[in-house]
Amino acid sequence: MMPMDVDIAGRNAETFPALHVWGWEIAAYLFLGGLAAGLLILSGWMHRREAPEKLSPALAWLAPLLAPAVLSAGMLALFLDLENKWNVWRFYTAFRWSAPMSWGAWILALVYPASLLFAWAAWSESGPAGKRGVTGAPFPLRRLIAGLNIACGVALGVYTGILLGALGARPLWNSPLLGPLFLLSGLSAAAALLVLLEKDHEWRHRLARLDVRLIAAEAAVLALFFLALLTGGQAQRAAAELFFGGPYTAVFWTAVVFSGMALPVWLERLEKKGRVAHSAVAPALVLFGGLALRAVLVFAGQTSSWEVLL
Amino acid sequence: MPRYGMAIDLRTCMGCAACVVACKVENRVDEDAFRCRVTQRSRGEFPNVQLEILSERCNQCSDAPCVWNCPTGASHHAGGGVVLVDESRCTGCKACLAACPYDARFINSRGVAEKCTFCLHRVKEGLEPACVSTCPSRAMIFGDLDDPSSQLARTLGVRRHRALKPEAGTKPNLFYLE
Repeated sequence: MMPMDVDIAGRNAETFPALHVWGWEIAAYLFLGGLAAGLLILSGWMHRREAPEKLSPALAWLAPLLAPAVLSAGMLALFLDLENKWNVWRFYTAFRWSAPMSWGAWILALVYPASLLFAWAAWSESGPAGKRGVTGAPFPLRRLIAGLNIACGVALGVYTGILLGALGARPLWNSPLLGPLFLLSGLSAAAALLVLLEKDHEWRHRLARLDVRLIAAEAAVLALFFLALLTGGQAQRAAAELFFGGPYTAVFWTAVVFSGMALPVWLERLEKKGRVAHSAVAPALVLFGGLALRAVLVFAGQTSSWEVLL
Repeated sequence: MPRYGMAIDLRTCMGCAACVVACKVENRVDEDAFRCRVTQRSRGEFPNVQLEILSERCNQCSDAPCVWNCPTGASHHAGGGVVLVDESRCTGCKACLAACPYDARFINSRGVAEKCTFCLHRVKEGLEPACVSTCPSRAMIFGDLDDPSSQLARTLGVRRHRALKPEAGTKPNLFYLE
């Protein structure tokens, strides 16, 4: 006998708001954390590859300066999410190896000072000549500081996906692919932000081309993510169906896939062929898509459950 | 050290929700929240339709994802294998709410995670949990799973029973007698 309908009284957040878990704050943090991670990785990588004078201003000092600012905004969102804010210091009186959020708290404690050091060093090396603190000389331990920030960026970017991925109770989230997916999405958002800020024509094109490749890689991981769910058990398939006919279908395919990935790639191609002039539209869409991806996954994940098996 | 568990007889439970009320009064639970609830599920196809009523609460899992996902150690296994929240350590980050396959937790008006405690404060005094002692059809049995002479262990030994969502792999200690 196949179950025809399953009606449940009183166990979800719609019936009891007290069962609500995460709202916009976590979606905002996952996006801003990923963006900061992408800025650190791209800028750190460029600093290791190129001499200071060959770098574009956006990559040389703007990205390292923006990273801690973006991270601060994300950490503010995280703080706003805490229901018992007075106890925030409790994150730093314990390390629980089994809790992804504990790793996340300690990663932030490491990334934040490292990114501030990078910002200060990059500013002194490549900031606008004549501005306070700008020496124009390559900063000491250049490769080491840049490398440290790449490592911090990877840890931060992957962590935002692992936080959700480690929750076995929510079949949609319970995938190791969320780590690489959020890392790639953070990198592509960072590249898009730098395209917006870059004034040098040649560098803007290089960054835009990089962004297209990152979006392609992100699309591939996203496809694998759904493939794993659709070939999984009943609970996993029900989770994937949230995006294939379920309540999140429209928002996911229009906001994340079409507006945030397909459209900016297409615009970039037209731009490369000289059919349209460069504009802020494509990179702004990528940033919007990155935020939409986090929001859709955070909200949809909370409605996915093992309940379908009853 | 005992290992506390609970069994609810689906043949005698009538879904009256006296357990819900007793729990709210005993534990002074917030107005809009519940540690214990009665859910209904209907399944099947007419005329073979079945309605199942379940009195649900925290399953006091032996392998509890709320405990291992807690970043501060606020959620922990206390005496008798009961999962408790140390309010002085809870930041209200809601990782435990997200980790629980049973949606047994909520954030209370003090901003900390709250859930069923098997009325450990009553059990320590030799009393039964409020829901068990109030149940008018005596459908609920509370006891030590490791004590073979307990009514709970003896009943589970002879009656067909199941736990909820065993596939979540959390080793729940709340059973339903069929």
